[in-house]
Amino acid sequence: MIVGSWLPARVARVIPATPTARVLELDVPGWPGNLPGQHLDLRLTAEDGYQAERSYSVASSGPGTSVELAVDRVPDGEVSPYLTEVIEVGDSVEVKGPLGAYFVWREDDPSPVQLIAGGSGIVPLLAMARARVRADVTTPFRLLYSVRSRADALYSAELDRLAEGGIDVTWAYTRQAPDGWAGTVGRVSPASIADAVWRPTDGSMTFVCGPTSFVEAVADTLVSAGHDPLRVRTERFGGA
Amino acid sequence: MAEPGPLSVHEGVPDRAKVTLLDGNALAGRLAGVLGAEPTLARLTCSHCRSVSVLAESVVEQDDGGAIVRCRSCTRTLLTVVERAGEIRLTFAALASAELPAVTPG
Repeated sequence: MIVGSWLPARVARVIPATPTARVLELDVPGWPGNLPGQHLDLRLTAEDGYQAERSYSVASSGPGTSVELAVDRVPDGEVSPYLTEVIEVGDSVEVKGPLGAYFVWREDDPSPVQLIAGGSGIVPLLAMARARVRADVTTPFRLLYSVRSRADALYSAELDRLAEGGIDVTWAYTRQAPDGWAGTVGRVSPASIADAVWRPTDGSMTFVCGPTSFVEAVADTLVSAGHDPLRVRTERFGGA
Repeated sequence: MAEPGPLSVHEGVPDRAKVTLLDGNALAGRLAGVLGAEPTLARLTCSHCRSVSVLAESVVEQDDGGAIVRCRSCTRTLLTVVERAGEIRLTFAALASAELPAVTPG
């Protein structure tokens, strides 16, 4: 697919998601649709012509010109504070995409799928889980979602519904667990990852997305545990 | 200190000290326009350690001035990508070859 030029987009909905994150629905005339896991580049232009661009994963997939993003505020960031605190319905931005063919789930791939998200890395993985529920397939899906606390989780209510819809969801809390939580609190470990994911012999395809340090720790753990590195796909978004 | 808004407090000079560690997925938009093909599946061979990896898995260090693409095995710089005044400059370093799917004219 050849990516064209910048497309004008209008903010159609703004939904507060966590104390620091928002879900943004963009109306993008000319958007060709996208595969689950793809991202876009978003460009802001100031009155004096100054421009800033960032990449954001798309939470929606399939045909249509409505594009859903979820943006968490990066402390000292240049673009995310604007998107999470300032932008309003009716405002204009520009987007380029859909982008990427590597970090994509294709519904004709019958391999069991393991999704592993850290923080707002849930966004492209949610797109995959939504697509799996929507598609007429029975591909087994598991999700391991690491967040600081329940209040920091994006899409927590929807993830609970996905769990009821046959997607195996495991939560990991790094700072504070909800009341009644029986598990431990802290960063994911080789043991907790092994408990949550498919075995190396299950032939799974794994998608890991989150802050760079999280993604590298998880991917190294999986490969050390015997998972095929070519079937552990990663997407890093920087951060802590 | 006031929360800096992205469109109000810039001074027109990129903060080059602020480097973000990413991967090649982040270059999909910039390189697609240059190459005319989806770049994240491009197979890059490092001339130093001969390892082969797709762009998506390569190390990318990005700041407002551009991006450095490094070999994940030996950390050598494979290429740099600098965008300025509507022009993209690719500088090849330890990149021995890049294999991309051919684009069928449509």
